[in-house]
Amino acid sequence: MSREPCDRCEELLQDFLDRTLTDAEWQEAEGHLAGCDYCSRRYRFEASLRRYVKTSAVERMPPGLMSKLDELRGLDATA
Amino acid sequence: MSEPEPDTEARRIAKEARDRARFEEDALSFADQVYRVARRLVGSREEAEDLVQETYARAFRSWRSFTPGTNMRAWLLRILTNLNVDRGRKVQRTPQTQPLEETDYYLANKLASAGGEEVLETDEVVERLSQDSIVNALAEIQPQFRDVVVLVDIGDFTYADAAQILDIPIGTVMSRLHRGRRALKQHLAEEALT
Repeated sequence: MSREPCDRCEELLQDFLDRTLTDAEWQEAEGHLAGCDYCSRRYRFEASLRRYVKTSAVERMPPGLMSKLDELRGLDATA
Repeated sequence: MSEPEPDTEARRIAKEARDRARFEEDALSFADQVYRVARRLVGSREEAEDLVQETYARAFRSWRSFTPGTNMRAWLLRILTNLNVDRGRKVQRTPQTQPLEETDYYLANKLASAGGEEVLETDEVVERLSQDSIVNALAEIQPQFRDVVVLVDIGDFTYADAAQILDIPIGTVMSRLHRGRRALKQHLAEEALT
């Protein structure tokens, strides 16, 4: 089976999820995804991965840092 | 030119104090988001804390240069990324070489090869990747690509904001973002599946 339309769909993946495709490209991707399980699975995977990367990479501010920042208030421009 | 009336001068000073206090309150309301980005741009929690403190020290000193009504979060991150570059990214783990760039389906294909196509149908497939492997993979990306991935995908900045923060054209943001995400997936495939 030729992978050419899937290769093209792969090229459009990031911009599709970022919603930065042109109308024509959007239709091209949607048209292909409607009939291609191979690409549809990979698009869904990419969307899940992005959410997972975001939640995994977020680390909350350590306790105590906010009060250190608060102490910086009023710093003189010449200090 | 005549001297300002004493009460006019007093009102001006009082207004400036209020403006400054409001600026500081607004800036501090973004501290958690600023830290979140800082933490992924540098190698350790301690360095991220230092970087955020330096950022706020500089922001509070130069508060008059902020234009009210513009994007304060982006303004703070611009200070932070400039300071980070000035620090020479000293303690970051910087790979000596960038591996050959794979395509966007690379990680999904690797997972499908290991577990079958059906594995991509499950919602839990991404959870096979540990949080540590995500953090390590982010640290492995070259800094110029990682900066953009962190700002857009973790910091939720738009392309335009990222371009302003890093002082690069928007087209460069897009190309670095695409390459950075591919590099991330490649490192994840190496970290999690080998």
